[in-house]
Amino acid sequence: MHQPNEEGFYGRFGGAFIPEMLIPNIEELESKYLNIISSESFQKEYHRLLNDYAGRPSPLFKAERLSSKYGANIWLKREDLNHTGSHKLNNTIGQILLAKEMGRQRIIAETGAGQHGVATATVCALMGLQCVVYMGETDMERQAPNVARMRMLGAEVRPALSGNRTLKDATNEALRDWIANPTDTFYLIGSVVGPHPYPDMVARLQSVISSEIKQQLKEKIGTELPDYVVACVGGGSNAAGSFYHFLDNPSVKLIGTEAAGLGVDSGETAASIACGDLGIIHGSMTYLMQSEDGQITEPYSISAGLDYPGIGPLHAWLKDCGRADYLPVTDDQALDAVMELTRLEGIIPALESAHALAALVMLPLKSSDNVVVTVSGRGDKDMKTYMERFSL
Amino acid sequence: MNRLNKLFETRKNLLSIYFTAGFPNLNDTLVILQALQDSGVDFMEIGMPFSDPLADGPVIQASSTAALNNGMSLNLLFEQLQTVRQTISMPLVLMGYLNPVLKFGVEKFIQKCSEIGVDGVILPDLPFELFNREYRSMFESKGISNIFLITPQTPECRLRMLDEASTGFLYMVSSAAVTGAKSGISQSQIDYFERVNALNLNSPRMVGFGISDNESFKQVCKYANGAIIGSAFIRMIEKSSDIPGDTARFINAIRGGK
Ligand SMILES: Cc1ncc(COP(=O)(O)O)c(C=O)c1O
Repeated sequence: MHQPNEEGFYGRFGGAFIPEMLIPNIEELESKYLNIISSESFQKEYHRLLNDYAGRPSPLFKAERLSSKYGANIWLKREDLNHTGSHKLNNTIGQILLAKEMGRQRIIAETGAGQHGVATATVCALMGLQCVVYMGETDMERQAPNVARMRMLGAEVRPALSGNRTLKDATNEALRDWIANPTDTFYLIGSVVGPHPYPDMVARLQSVISSEIKQQLKEKIGTELPDYVVACVGGGSNAAGSFYHFLDNPSVKLIGTEAAGLGVDSGETAASIACGDLGIIHGSMTYLMQSEDGQITEPYSISAGLDYPGIGPLHAWLKDCGRADYLPVTDDQALDAVMELTRLEGIIPALESAHALAALVMLPLKSSDNVVVTVSGRGDKDMKTYMERFSL
Repeated sequence: MNRLNKLFETRKNLLSIYFTAGFPNLNDTLVILQALQDSGVDFMEIGMPFSDPLADGPVIQASSTAALNNGMSLNLLFEQLQTVRQTISMPLVLMGYLNPVLKFGVEKFIQKCSEIGVDGVILPDLPFELFNREYRSMFESKGISNIFLITPQTPECRLRMLDEASTGFLYMVSSAAVTGAKSGISQSQIDYFERVNALNLNSPRMVGFGISDNESFKQVCKYANGAIIGSAFIRMIEKSSDIPGDTARFINAIRGGK
């Protein structure tokens, strides 16, 4: 019941609201992705690369000191330990195999924090394909190490200069590039956003996270079902992957956290569910932050990867039907969570992931509860912000 | 029959101009429409600015941002156009993106268009299937044409489907590009125009995207009913201190006058 219909709608969310120029590309992808992804040869190569290249399965770590602090069993799904430092590689490995299968030679991507850009540049280097990454100019400054990594990997990083110069603007530029290069180019989207079939495709490619969680919990505690799964939501790909195989297990409470920036009432926020309403962004009908006149609002978050005014249509649907809850987390709450995890468990998380960890204080936990928090990425890319904010 | 249909029945080598409402100044809309009519343009496309115009290049993006900063909105645009039919007799088309129209309410939007005397609407990100299912009868009952885009990549079966459903004209995107790409007309574009010509479609066709001067205008008129110019006009009025005079000179140059 949580799968999109033929036109790519989860209830009233999703679809493909795209100009005619993109329709042949989207239709081709739509007609091929399920067959390719479910083929034996794809699955074999995808899992070989996930295991031997990305380093999966990623550990499920019982965080003892965090557990005693919160009086529950806290498990960390360590996506930060993947090659390139986040969950993003799960998706780029899958999509690059798809692009190759479809005969595309040139790969384009958008990136916010730069993690998806790095993960894309990485698989392009691995496969010997040309790579162009669009990144908002603001993000190029605050995530400079990732810009350098992409360039080392041979990608061209093109600054997006419109709007607030963040993820939304980079996505616009990538879509324009695809319009101008319809035959040789594959658009490798980094989250569960964009026109159908991207949200479904990316969710499937990230669903390895929840299939591993089930297996690992079964081995460690004898049941595959935790009480909570918690993940941060920018577009929502690590959350979609963390939730995916639990969607039909109603006893598992699914919690997404979105970036509230300076607060949901401050006007400086990226909390699309708390502050948004129904509209269209990047080809998809979903919740987004917009003005009375239907102009998309410039978002704000300290975390470049969550600084997006919309949310993937799957999450809008899960919110609407009550299957998942979404909590806003402010910059300051996220920064507290960064320091807490660092000092209690010796893990420096990405700013995005800290938004998930910050939910622990908000949940009514019982001592018997098993709580899985997805640590979507590591904090190396955020050291500049941490040095400033923690006066290091 | 709306004004667009009559125009296509009676005239050839049509020139249409796109401009962004609210740019360069908030209240230029009627001034520009009057200048275009006086210069002998055949019909006008009024751009409803959007924050994230993803089929548009830098010139129209920048004009949209400026227009929004000036305070343009759909409500205000309809206010400005309230009395437009007292002075403007040319066909009028509104062009923009779906989200502001959805927010305004599609039914209310069509009602407003009908009251004002708008003849056609172009919403590039309104999916054909959705239009057909939910909005088509609403458009048709008010005599407002929904204009579909076609591109060099549009397959023949889809071209025929869009042709069948079209009540105004088909907007022929000249090449794989966003608006404002500087091109000149290449052989592969001519092949595309000829290929579409050979299909003997029912609908008239206007070529847009990348048309900017007399040469490209003349060339595409050989293969279609006319052409649409946007970015080149916007670049011109951005710097204009005499919109009527500069518009007349611009249009005259496109038409190939002295
Ligand atoms: C570490 C990390 N986590 C989360 C995100 C947010 O993306 P998503 O919501 O698609 O998981 C990003 C995006 O850049 C990221 O780098």
